Amino acid sequence: MSIWEYANPKKFMATSAWALPWAVGLTVVCLVVGLVWGFFFTPDDYKQGSTVKIIYLHVPAAMMAINAWVMMLVASLIWIVRRHHVSALAAKAAAPVGLTFTLIALVTGALWGQPMWGTWWAWDPRLTSFLILTLFYFGYMALWSAIENPDTAADLTSILCLVGSVFALLSRYAVNFWNQGLHQGASLSLDKEENVSDVFWVPLLVCIAGFVLLFITMVLLRTRTEIRSRRLQALLARERVA
Amino acid sequence: MVMTVRNLAVARGGVTVLQGLDLALSAGQALTLRGPNGSGKTTLLRTLAGLQPAAAGEIDLNPETVAYAAHADGLKSTLTVAENLAFWSAIYGGPSIDRAIAAMDLAKLTRRRAGELSAGQKRRLGLARLLVTGRPLWLLDEPTVSLDVASVALFAGVVRDHLAQGGAAIIATHVDLGLPEATILDLDPFRTRILARDGFDEAFA
Amino acid sequence: MRALLLRDLRLAFRSGGGFGLGLAFFLILAILVPLGVGAEGTTLGRIAPGILWVGALLACILSLDRIFALDHEDGSLDLLATSPLPMEGAVAVKALAHWLVTGLPLTLLAPGLGVLLNLAPAGYPWLVLSLLLGTPTLSMVGAFGAALTVGLRRGGLLLSLLVLPLYVPTLIFGAEVVRRGAEGMALATPLALLAAISLGAAALLPFAAAAALRVNLR
Repeated sequence: MSIWEYANPKKFMATSAWALPWAVGLTVVCLVVGLVWGFFFTPDDYKQGSTVKIIYLHVPAAMMAINAWVMMLVASLIWIVRRHHVSALAAKAAAPVGLTFTLIALVTGALWGQPMWGTWWAWDPRLTSFLILTLFYFGYMALWSAIENPDTAADLTSILCLVGSVFALLSRYAVNFWNQGLHQGASLSLDKEENVSDVFWVPLLVCIAGFVLLFITMVLLRTRTEIRSRRLQALLARERVA
Repeated sequence: MVMTVRNLAVARGGVTVLQGLDLALSAGQALTLRGPNGSGKTTLLRTLAGLQPAAAGEIDLNPETVAYAAHADGLKSTLTVAENLAFWSAIYGGPSIDRAIAAMDLAKLTRRRAGELSAGQKRRLGLARLLVTGRPLWLLDEPTVSLDVASVALFAGVVRDHLAQGGAAIIATHVDLGLPEATILDLDPFRTRILARDGFDEAFA
Repeated sequence: MRALLLRDLRLAFRSGGGFGLGLAFFLILAILVPLGVGAEGTTLGRIAPGILWVGALLACILSLDRIFALDHEDGSLDLLATSPLPMEGAVAVKALAHWLVTGLPLTLLAPGLGVLLNLAPAGYPWLVLSLLLGTPTLSMVGAFGAALTVGLRRGGLLLSLLVLPLYVPTLIFGAEVVRRGAEGMALATPLALLAAISLGAAALLPFAAAAALRVNLR
């Protein structure tokens, strides 16, 4: 059995109906465990005090903000190449979720930056890139909502996502070039020297898993809504023709 | 055969409007499409012109042979009649515009701007464009809108000449063009009967 | 292709004001900024590269929706799509025509506005060069945005929302070239990157824009 069979709307509805309760349950478990552990059972940082704990929201949200766009890019490519409707709708469903993660990352970053850097906002490359990313999300969602015919909208937004990805990457490098920043390096990397210490790291990993699951849950839920709404439109159109 | 179509289905806005259409057209032949508003005449012509994909079936047609004329004439109101025609002639690498001007009785208007023409004169200019394309298969969508009786007869003569020179034409019209040799195709029998499908697949035709 | 270019240029000149508006907007912006910021020369000189680039970018956006919208309304776009001219070629030619009537005049006007904004003398050649290399990207990316929004009734506003984020790299490198030029710093890197983006956009975006147009004509 090929993996593409799950791209069939009927099959997707059946599979996702089965998977959704599990996804919800795992999300709740991971987020509760990760956040409670992170907020209440880790020591304060010797430099940053208790403000460091916002890391459990900030880092996973920032990661998922970018991963959501990558997922939309992959889904758009699948739609362009194989024309699976579920794929196009999943990309549509992921955009507001990704935008929300981006905004969470920006807001928690500002809350963290104020005590640490003494300012809510700095034109640091990472911050600026995220601001530009929100613009890309807004443009993508605006294009979806502006076009009536769903297939036309899927085609055009996919093309925009492809071209936008290239320009988003260019912008990232351009912004780096434009201003070296205040932001600390990546919190997680394979190079162990750079990492935050294990006490913070393990609950952070749980939080990241929780955010990934949250993203999957939201996208499944929203894709199901989109498929239902498409069916509703098809039924209404049929009634008008008949 | 200029064009062969087998078991064609065409869709407008995601809804299939015509299905099971078989057509064959040879040189020198004209086909008149009949059907009430919304029966899919324009959609069929746009599909044949290659502007939109067929919902199902096969179209055996060389796109290099098609000249399409839509409701809108594609005229630029700030360009003169001659400039409008010369532009399309250059795009198609086609013949000189003199024959087209003579055929559609535009000689007195060549220096006028298209924006200053009456609706019927604009339509004549739009149809003259067909002659500078040099293409054999004409796909015409309501070509006689806003033409007076004399101009309809003039245009029928142009189509007849085109057929006599080995061309072909598919014409969607409500008006009797005065082309008795044209085959009439009523689209009503091909209108879609909706087949119910179960579950969530039906929304994604 | 030449016929299309000549037609578009002729239309731009005959319709009058269409492309003059962009230039006037650029001029007004260069007058308004000192009024808002203050007349102090050193401040103006420091922000001049950025203001000139942002101004050129906004002036360019004003006329973007005309690239395809007019041809779509009067049916020419359908007829062009069924003509022997490849869609990609038509897109590239129309973007070129747009650049000739907006980007190029903006480039030529910019040094004059540099005087108003007290740009350092060393910056002028780089201002012209950076705009010359960068404004074609603005037209090409704009043509892509116009192709995406061509069928939409209120496409203009959406077009700016789609296109402005795509202008970010060009703006950064373009303004950086002028800033470094004015301060007498090395500027080979941003200049090369600016040119690279232009060449990449000119090579690839016609395909994306033509694909979007075909979808919109369906």
